[in-house]
Amino acid sequence: MRNNQVLGLLFPNARDEALGEITAARAMGSVPFGGRYRLVDFTLSNLVNAGITKVGVITKNNYQSLMDHIGAGKAWDLSRKSTGLRYLPPYGTSDEQYAGRIASLASIDRFLEIATEEYVVMSDCYIVGSIDFEQLLRQHILTGADITVACKAGDKVDFPDQLRLTCGADGQIQDITIGGNKKSGYTGLGIYVMKRERLRQLTAEAQSRNLGNFERDVIQRHLGILKLYSYPVMEYTEVITSLSAYYRASMNLLAPGTRRQLFTPERPVLTKVRDTAPAVYGLHAAVSHSLVADGARIDGEVRNSVIFRDVHIGRGAVVENAVIMQGTVIMQGARLNCVICDKGITVKDGGSLRGAASHPVYIEKGAVV
Amino acid sequence: MYRKQECVAMLLAGGQGSRLYALTKEIAKPAVPYGGKYRIIDFPLSNCTNSGIETVGVLTQYQPLELNDYLGSGEPWDLDRAEAGVHVLPPFQRQRGADWYKGTANAIYQNIPFIERYRPEYVLVLSGDHIYKMDYSKLIAAHKEKQADCTIAVLEVEMEEASRFGILNTNPDGSIYEFDEKPAVPKSNLASMGIYVFTWDKLKKHLELDEANKKSDNDFGKNLLPAMLAAGERMFAYRFGGYWKDVGTIDSLWEANMDLLNPHVPLDLTGSEWRIYSRSPSAPPHYIGRAADVQNSMISEGCVIDGRVDFSVLFANVTVEEGAEVLDSILMPGTVVKKGAVVQYAILAENVTVGEGAVIGERPELCEDIKDWGVAVVAAGVGVGEGAKVPPKAMIEEDTP
Repeated sequence: MRNNQVLGLLFPNARDEALGEITAARAMGSVPFGGRYRLVDFTLSNLVNAGITKVGVITKNNYQSLMDHIGAGKAWDLSRKSTGLRYLPPYGTSDEQYAGRIASLASIDRFLEIATEEYVVMSDCYIVGSIDFEQLLRQHILTGADITVACKAGDKVDFPDQLRLTCGADGQIQDITIGGNKKSGYTGLGIYVMKRERLRQLTAEAQSRNLGNFERDVIQRHLGILKLYSYPVMEYTEVITSLSAYYRASMNLLAPGTRRQLFTPERPVLTKVRDTAPAVYGLHAAVSHSLVADGARIDGEVRNSVIFRDVHIGRGAVVENAVIMQGTVIMQGARLNCVICDKGITVKDGGSLRGAASHPVYIEKGAVV
Repeated sequence: MYRKQECVAMLLAGGQGSRLYALTKEIAKPAVPYGGKYRIIDFPLSNCTNSGIETVGVLTQYQPLELNDYLGSGEPWDLDRAEAGVHVLPPFQRQRGADWYKGTANAIYQNIPFIERYRPEYVLVLSGDHIYKMDYSKLIAAHKEKQADCTIAVLEVEMEEASRFGILNTNPDGSIYEFDEKPAVPKSNLASMGIYVFTWDKLKKHLELDEANKKSDNDFGKNLLPAMLAAGERMFAYRFGGYWKDVGTIDSLWEANMDLLNPHVPLDLTGSEWRIYSRSPSAPPHYIGRAADVQNSMISEGCVIDGRVDFSVLFANVTVEEGAEVLDSILMPGTVVKKGAVVQYAILAENVTVGEGAVIGERPELCEDIKDWGVAVVAAGVGVGEGAKVPPKAMIEEDTP
């Protein structure tokens, strides 16, 4: 069923800084992940799989590759007439526009005003997971919450200003801290549900007081004033807010159990179609415990690695514990261990790169090694 | 009023492909899977879009459901256009009576109104039976240059094989003076590829004449082309030098897939030049397990391989369990090969399950009489039981214990 009452709002630039060099020339949402995906695919698919057919993508900067990837939204069935995908790029004359989440929400107020959907799901794009947003919405409506905050159990903080939530047995949020060491039981995932009119009102209010931080000035500030509920996500999720988290999540994909939870027939992860031929294995290929995307050509040894599209691995090359992004060429006899290669890298004959599992080496886009 | 198109392509996709037996029981031949992620019809459609032909009529008749679904709006081939683009043209009922497509020429005849609305100079007639990459714009340029009424693409075949093909005998300038259908003693080795370009006025005239001729079978090769030649129309052969394969039989379908694994065969589907487009499922990258051993193969997304795979083409979402072996075979989407099973020299259609320890097919060198050897075929959705043995050349259409 189409979910006509819900509008999706994506923030693909959220926490761009967390991935350092990987996001130097791209938004968080367009970071390649899992052999053929971009991070935004997971959240976008979660929205679409919940029947949400109207999605606003609020971009801030570095969004060229993101727009290339999402295009008109056809791969997600979001190329539609009245609903579908809407890009909401920075608007206005001042460079300070969009400085924070609240400023960007204020600048799309007209879009929010003319929308007809009753509810809004807001989400950042650094979460890898197949999350049932329908369940999230159902709980939001059932509890009569003003704001529902999706979260995961545990005290492990993925980034310094992540929300820590203390919740009652009914899920109502009793305390919110940002930073500090208070044990709380849950951490926020940057996913919020509320009524569209509530979002507009809270945005206007914060804007009028010159408050700029959404988490602190909208969510935390209304504790005890509005009904805030938590929604603990039970599904497998990874929060990709550091290079080591990116590497760990990539390696976790090799476990069959992870893939079973992430790629379900009920909630497929959709992505742009690239029309590459199936992967080709040569006479000298020796591959084990690895994920390989279409378009790859493998004639060397590959172990414990994630190989993206159009990657070529030459004869005698050895690639271990590595993430090799699209279009990278590893020539004859090269050796790579614990490495993240960005797109379009060339590792020449006999080249050698070695990192540690705890500190993988990152090679920037287009480099020749 | 439709925008004028210089050339309209008409793709004959109604054939049953009866020599593919179990593989075309429920789908039309052009919808048969090929090459790990494609279907046969992807080749002519991608050739059209890569050649700048924007209007393609697809003539369907036999088992059209899956083919229609696959074509959809034509978006995967960039053929979802406002006026032009891909159009599915099934036979239809008229005020007075209804006709199936009686022959290839009749299929085009019945769709003259479709062609006329684009007011084309040329009509390209294609079939959905062949694997090849071809720039039709060069064929059309040659047609124009010779001021021909009809140009037929031809392939040079080995002289000893020429008697299997429709052979064209030509003058030194390339003009055709004789058609020789499967000649016992061939005079030339130029075989027709079943790809024709016509000047539309001439084709229309001859379609009408052919239709009026009650003795005609309304077939291009058998009736219309010879009639055009007899009427003195300008007909030329156009030599094509690339890879071309008719995949009308089990053996040729198997061979054409194996050709993809041979670096010496000039058919390359990798790379971005002259890309072949297809409708793809949304599956994650394939996984090669710790105990797996994969060489000389093509593997698609969604596969999970824990066994041995050599000289094989695996479509999306195929599972090969630990200890299973898949050799010299083609496994179509969703097929599962369980522990310890052996699949060799076989084509397994979609969603086949091969039980533990089952053995399908045989290596030719192990057959006492080579006449008994052939590619084994298991039809879509069939379950092959634990420990079952499927002999070479077998055609399994129902579950076997």
